[in-house]
Amino acid sequence: MRKQLCDALIDRSQSPDMIFLTGDLGFMALEDLRDSLGERFINAGVAEQNMVSVAAAMAKQNLEVWVYSIAPFCYARPFEQIRNDICFHDLPVKLIGNGGGYGYGVMGPTHHAIEDYGILLALPNMSVYVPVFDQDLAVVIPRVGNERSPAYLRLGRGEEQKGFEVPAYSPWRQLTSGKGKTVIAVGPIAGGLIAAFNKMPEDDCPNLWALAELPLSKNPLPLELLGQIASGSGLMVVEEHVARGSFASELAIFLLNNGIAIGSFEHFNAQSHTYDFYGSQNYLRKQSNLDVETICTAARGI
Amino acid sequence: MHYESGVGHIGGNLSSLDAMLLVFHEYLGVDDEFILSKGHSAGALYISLWSRGLLSDDHLRQFHKDGTLLGGHPPVNGIPAIPFATGSLGHGLSLAAGTALAKRLRGVNDHTYCLASDGEFQEGSTWEALIFLSHHRLANLTILVDHNQLQGFGNTSDVASMAPLWDKLRGFDIDLQVVPGHDLDAIRAALKIQGDKPRLIILQTIKGHGISFMENKMEWHYLPLKEGQYRQALAELELP
Repeated sequence: MRKQLCDALIDRSQSPDMIFLTGDLGFMALEDLRDSLGERFINAGVAEQNMVSVAAAMAKQNLEVWVYSIAPFCYARPFEQIRNDICFHDLPVKLIGNGGGYGYGVMGPTHHAIEDYGILLALPNMSVYVPVFDQDLAVVIPRVGNERSPAYLRLGRGEEQKGFEVPAYSPWRQLTSGKGKTVIAVGPIAGGLIAAFNKMPEDDCPNLWALAELPLSKNPLPLELLGQIASGSGLMVVEEHVARGSFASELAIFLLNNGIAIGSFEHFNAQSHTYDFYGSQNYLRKQSNLDVETICTAARGI
Repeated sequence: MHYESGVGHIGGNLSSLDAMLLVFHEYLGVDDEFILSKGHSAGALYISLWSRGLLSDDHLRQFHKDGTLLGGHPPVNGIPAIPFATGSLGHGLSLAAGTALAKRLRGVNDHTYCLASDGEFQEGSTWEALIFLSHHRLANLTILVDHNQLQGFGNTSDVASMAPLWDKLRGFDIDLQVVPGHDLDAIRAALKIQGDKPRLIILQTIKGHGISFMENKMEWHYLPLKEGQYRQALAELELP
């Protein structure tokens, strides 16, 4: 998604108010943006705490400020700066974390972001964007750019099968239809399920929904999805995020608060950093039962 | 104010009050910014704002009370002259640097002032900010350091020594000065020097300045005044 990110940001870069801060990342990805922004592209160096406070102060001066780093360096290292300087003051800083979930794979847990949106959504005023497809960036960047409150953009990579016709962007999109369970997947992991679900017999094929914006309280369930959940066919939530602070936990509270009965509930989520061996994103997903095969098996109720 | 509310942090307020009042009355323009990095000196900030007519007597009477705008550290909202809710140390220099850089990019000539404590030079983020503000040659930025040499639980030299602080800072490409922190003419002289680099002025101050039993006493970082001490302090200041 980095190319699409760069293109979408370049489209905004003619605004004299736009500022882009990077924590020394973007090699072979953001050079065109740097050239387009000139002095408004600031490599803040390997100093994320300073970068985030600087961003807050620049936003306070009514500039449109974007902050970019590998995801955990963007939200974990400077957490207090995000909390105190950005969120307490409701400043519209746009944080971009590259490599959401296990995106950095074999680089190891220091580079993974499997608790990012749970942590950030615990803060006041924060919104989170998790684009599903590469094409989403053309719509998501203007949405984030126009936010008047803090926002975090979790970047991954589009995972849909080649040739899939990506539906127009919306925070909620139904990607497959059938008579099976209801499956909600957060972000790009939804794309990888489409082809596998479509191969299932209609009686098993889930109603797959992709969610691209959090929290739920700002992006209510579509009525059609609510109806599918309430039908009792069974609900699965798939997300590359730990259970604590997950979308599933917010959804479960919503369903319980509203007395909505569901037939069954299964949560497929990232396991915390307790494993001994490193591997690719797909390897780590498999360790967490987030691989397509395991999810398809569960969706069929086997 | 502190006595009536039964709260402490008086020592660090008194060490920074002279410089803060000077900046607010003689230097801070309408569009300039002042960021109090050592948020625990909020009392001195409130007094400075009050003395400029930016806070009322009623505001001060509510200091530390339930429902107040004037808490123990600068508030998030409600007082336009306070841009950031500081209190956690190590944020102010970065906030000041971002403010100064934004103003420069917008082509406005306003100045940004930041008052920091010496203790917060133990925060790594303070050094990140120093690298950034000197690299970007933020000449529209002045950092004042309240160098009273006492922190929350000891002498800065005993806790995690940076002595001499000016020696540690000398390597940065900034205009560095060290002045007696309660000598107004010396501070004025330091503030006259305006080159093409950020200024950092180390104010050699006295914690609890002006009250004999508080001066250079670490415990006045936290302690509230008892009635007898309050009366003595008023007498020393020749106040009714």
